[in-house]
Amino acid sequence: MFAVSPFVIATSRDEAELGMVFKIFYYHMPSAWMFLLSAIVCGIASLRFLFSGDVRRDRTAVAAAELTVLFGLITLVTGPLWARRSWGTWWIWDARITASLVGWMIAWSYLIVRKYGGPGSDKLAAGLAIFGMANVPFIYISVNFWRTIHPATSVVPTLPVDMSWRLWFCVASFTLLYVLLFKLRVYLEEERSRVDTLYLALER
Amino acid sequence: MRFVRSVFVILVLASPSAVAPAIAYAQQPAEQQGAFVPAESLPQRERMPAAPLLVAAYAFVMLALFGYVISVSRRLTAVKTDLTRLEGEIRRTGRG
Repeated sequence: MFAVSPFVIATSRDEAELGMVFKIFYYHMPSAWMFLLSAIVCGIASLRFLFSGDVRRDRTAVAAAELTVLFGLITLVTGPLWARRSWGTWWIWDARITASLVGWMIAWSYLIVRKYGGPGSDKLAAGLAIFGMANVPFIYISVNFWRTIHPATSVVPTLPVDMSWRLWFCVASFTLLYVLLFKLRVYLEEERSRVDTLYLALER
Repeated sequence: MRFVRSVFVILVLASPSAVAPAIAYAQQPAEQQGAFVPAESLPQRERMPAAPLLVAAYAFVMLALFGYVISVSRRLTAVKTDLTRLEGEIRRTGRG
């Protein structure tokens, strides 16, 4: 599905003011949704890890944090490429864009704390992930509350059918890709945990 | 003379109210897009070339995802190698 998506997008028509560059939207919006979804998954898994101490939740949170960084990066790079043509500038300190940058940096800080924080960093990072999750509703609704030039959430329902099915096709592709990468990343964490167990067994 | 002076005063006092809507209109921020607008009615000259930005965006997405998959597969290969080595060592030493 993901491999087919560029061909599906290539055959779509252009938007009035933005022309061809509007087609960035077909990847920008699904990646932004995956970015927000991943931050929520990371936050919920971290909450459950903090309250239950279940290390499986911790592995889920690590996998989700890494994907938050990946999809956040895609969102934050494709957005300015679109903005350059539509707003005449690469970046503006708009409420949604700034909040997205903050959310992305929280996910980065989660990974940095996990890597270099030493013992106990898992719980400290879990706290960061909860802040990252709390930022998600703010990112989503900010365009409806503050006056900003970023398109509002009402744009998607107004798309004509021939464009909206293409968008939902890309959303489905990105969701499946997210699930696949997430499972792969969780599997990597599980294998790492097995290696740690074997190292401990050898040292005994 | 008095009449001319009063007309001048009235004009000076009234001028801000006449200019104010124009200033307010000029100071308005760019309109937020709230609905889809089709492109068919636009003249060709208003369609700026956007292909380089579009290609850059799609190339970046593909490279980022491809790079991530490669990174995960390399890390997984390293972990699998470690796992095989450690399991062999445990079997040899009889620990675990």
